[in-house]
Amino acid sequence: MTSQETTSNERVFVLPGDILGDDSFRSGSGTYSKDGSIHASQAGILNINRDFINVMPISSKYNPKFGDSVIGMIIDHGPSSWMVDIGCPYTAMMHTNDVQWNVKFGETGKYLKPGDAILSRVSNVNEVKKIQITMKDHGLRKLENGILVKIPQPKVPRIIGKGGSMISMLKQKTQTKMFVGQNGMVWIEGENENMQAVSQAIQIIIDRAHVSGLTEYVEKYLDNQDISSQDIGNTGD
Amino acid sequence: MDDIQLIDKKGKRKDSRGPEDLRPIKIEAGVLDNADGSAYIEWGKNKIIVGVYGPREMHQKHLQRPDKAIVQVSYSMASFSVDERKKPGQGRREHEISKIIAEALERSIISDQYPRTSIDVYIEVLEASAGTRCAGVTAASVAIADAGIPMIGMVASCAAGKINGQVVLDLDKLEDNIGDADLPVGYIPKTEEVVLLQMDGHFTPEEFDKAFVLARGACIQIQELQKEALVKKYSQEPEENGTDDNGENKDDMAEGGVLQ
Repeated sequence: MTSQETTSNERVFVLPGDILGDDSFRSGSGTYSKDGSIHASQAGILNINRDFINVMPISSKYNPKFGDSVIGMIIDHGPSSWMVDIGCPYTAMMHTNDVQWNVKFGETGKYLKPGDAILSRVSNVNEVKKIQITMKDHGLRKLENGILVKIPQPKVPRIIGKGGSMISMLKQKTQTKMFVGQNGMVWIEGENENMQAVSQAIQIIIDRAHVSGLTEYVEKYLDNQDISSQDIGNTGD
Repeated sequence: MDDIQLIDKKGKRKDSRGPEDLRPIKIEAGVLDNADGSAYIEWGKNKIIVGVYGPREMHQKHLQRPDKAIVQVSYSMASFSVDERKKPGQGRREHEISKIIAEALERSIISDQYPRTSIDVYIEVLEASAGTRCAGVTAASVAIADAGIPMIGMVASCAAGKINGQVVLDLDKLEDNIGDADLPVGYIPKTEEVVLLQMDGHFTPEEFDKAFVLARGACIQIQELQKEALVKKYSQEPEENGTDDNGENKDDMAEGGVLQ
């Protein structure tokens, strides 16, 4: 318990190979165990959660897991499936059985074309990392309007905030619809200037990801932004 | 040629280094925006930039491995990197260096987490002055760590050599050209594993042992510089003692896709 307290109060930056603890702990993400101790395998922030030692990597590619909600971009379509870029090292496949429409063989292009963005869920990841995604679930759909913002995957929890505090604040302050995919894609829909404000706020969150009181800071930023954007709006446009 | 005194009676070399001194080394991590990871190294007069891309799906199906990621390295020297213009492109020497660096880096990477992918490392020598393969490995390892690719530990590399019959550390261009021997060593201090070892010229067994120990010691020293470079990059981000949003855990991630 003491170790949990210390890590939550100070950020410990670790590098690949650093020894993080002995084998009374268990090796979590970003670590490996060797010769009876746990070592870091990635550069990042140490996080000890009960008996698990994790490293939150400072930069890393998205590693798809079963059940993740992701935003994907269609890159190609075959007669009965689509290939979707979900920002990970592998191209995901989506079969016509996994969409809400009744797609005839060879008519995939009528529903989703290369360049279309979709809300989807990872439905299968196998041992050689063949990835399947589905759109057949509540709330999953094609994204028709709005903008997409790409953020580094390790910053996804920042955008959401503790218990969703950050994202609900952003939505409420700017009157936009937002969705954060686990793969680091953020979809925003709303008035043009509001979408701009949110994407600027997201940039601030990424840049200041390690600062405490970030939600309040961004909230204050958006409050000021409202006034200034009105000023600019009156003179500029 | 043998008459040229590369090291004087007091043990001072042409550039006023002692026999066991390194050239000044400066490493910077994360210098390229479009690469997944990158690093820049200045090692004496060497200037090298490294970009790492991946892991990304290996599209040449016959090269991909179903159980792990492969490491592809392209070492190349700019045509303006040496005194006399170098013919651009990959020659016999570039192929050899690319191969040995790929093998050295592969030992340090935990590649089974990314089957069917390749990790592409591009080492571009902008200015060359002896010891570019060592500097290249050193910078490439920083770039790989910067890309967030899981690894056992970083690879550090340094050469030792022999000039005027004396074993010295880190040969510069003149010493390399007219010296008696050169011994580049790539080393993972974490696992005490030697991942790169080549020799050019002649050492007696005793000299070899001395040179090897010298180079290995320097690798441990260089590892500290590699770590400093990474720490420096990530301490640039504004930070205060995070307590509020920092108490991050998996629960928050699970709530990721909260639909409006």
